Amino acid sequence: MSIAAIPPAILIDNLRIERRGRTVIDTMSVSVRAGIITGLLGPSGCGKTTLMRAIVGAQRITAGSITVFAEAAGARSLRRRIGYVTQSPSIYPDLTTVENVRYFAALYGVGSDRVREVIDAVGMTAKRHEPAGNLSGGQQGRVSLACALVCDPDLLILDEPTVGLDPVLRAELWEQFRSLADSGKTLLVSSHAMDEARHCTELVLMRDGAILAHAAPDDIMRRTGCADLEAAFVSLVLDDDRIPEAL
Amino acid sequence: MNPTIHWATTVRILTQLRRDRRTVFLILLVPGVLTVLLHYVLSRQPVGPDGRTPFDRLAITQLGALPCAVMFPITAISMRRERSNGTLDRLFATPMTKLDLLAGYGTAFSLAAAAQAGIVTLVAFEVTHLRIDGSPLLVFMISVLGAMLGVSLGLFFSAFATTEFQAVQFSPIVLVPQLFLAGVLVPRDRMPGALQAISNVLPLSYAVEALQQVSNHATATPQMWHDTGIVAVFIVAALLAGAATLQRRSP
Repeated sequence: MSIAAIPPAILIDNLRIERRGRTVIDTMSVSVRAGIITGLLGPSGCGKTTLMRAIVGAQRITAGSITVFAEAAGARSLRRRIGYVTQSPSIYPDLTTVENVRYFAALYGVGSDRVREVIDAVGMTAKRHEPAGNLSGGQQGRVSLACALVCDPDLLILDEPTVGLDPVLRAELWEQFRSLADSGKTLLVSSHAMDEARHCTELVLMRDGAILAHAAPDDIMRRTGCADLEAAFVSLVLDDDRIPEAL
Repeated sequence: MNPTIHWATTVRILTQLRRDRRTVFLILLVPGVLTVLLHYVLSRQPVGPDGRTPFDRLAITQLGALPCAVMFPITAISMRRERSNGTLDRLFATPMTKLDLLAGYGTAFSLAAAAQAGIVTLVAFEVTHLRIDGSPLLVFMISVLGAMLGVSLGLFFSAFATTEFQAVQFSPIVLVPQLFLAGVLVPRDRMPGALQAISNVLPLSYAVEALQQVSNHATATPQMWHDTGIVAVFIVAALLAGAATLQRRSP
């Protein structure tokens, strides 16, 4: 295995993001490996969504740089290669499942075979003619995911895709993410639930706009000597706080 | 701009509009019903020395103003919804450009507006027997432009509303002064100089003047083409200004 030879999918260098005078991301550097699932974990409000929006090019950055597939984040050529699923399902509630997916397919110039394929892949075939507004939150999330998958993206940015889902559906979705990664796609999946970490090959633990740790789940637990990630996270935070915070 | 994306967006917005039956009825019927109401209100007024009733003089101007007034809030609210429900972020992560999106909204609502203008023109001439010297087809054309003006102004002003409630409040602010100053209540050359100057930079003034030209002349006048041209320029300018208010990257 020559992991080092494969260039990273995302390279973040000294990134700083300020919003309304508040620092949301504070001098962050990290690289996300291609072809694996990287979990972006941290409490609500730690800057996960802002970071993801910056990676897809929807957020202005204050300093530093983000490179995706060797191009500046937000570059026109990247728009066909990145699938972005926002935290709340951003689909049209007055359109049916198939109309939603078909619309996004048209934006990418993708045909109707692919529309059928992704609706099937997210398990929404039975509800394909149901207006999205009538679907449950979890089902809306899956339609939203289908809209992102339709362009067959090389990089998937998924913001809390499993929130509010029942355990069976969650397991199914993680299985899908796994098979996408196995087929060579890169996934960056955020969550505030630490138990989702075991599905990820690597973890980026975030707190207050900074990175606490970036390693494989097992490595993080070994390093902290904790039995589970919840405890490992607390241990890392305590370590971090021992160093007096720069004002 | 990409014609496939533009058309897909037009179809998507028309599909959304079609799902909302009540809005479709409101768009199509309200200006026609108001024209009939205006006819009744003015039905007992004496005929003027030129053989025209007060309805003839007033209704012709409303054929431009009413479609504008109906389309403005509908467009402003739809666009506000698109800006706030998270889909905008997502659309801009796709190959879509800002102009693709605005042109999609503009085309979809302008098609609805054309249907509306057709109905109100038909009602005006067939039901309330509006009398003009010029061609009803020219009236229809200017009426469509009036509606398109409402669409493009709605798209532009949606940028300044942070909620749908605020978008609704823009209707009286944007529309009522234009109606007061358009030369409907008082001919423009009999208004105070300052108001004339303001009237000269308001697009509805030109739509109303163009309709008055059709009303008073048997054939299309250069003045009418000049006025409709200015309305068209305003429509394009508001669309481009609307595109400038859309940001791919939020601050």
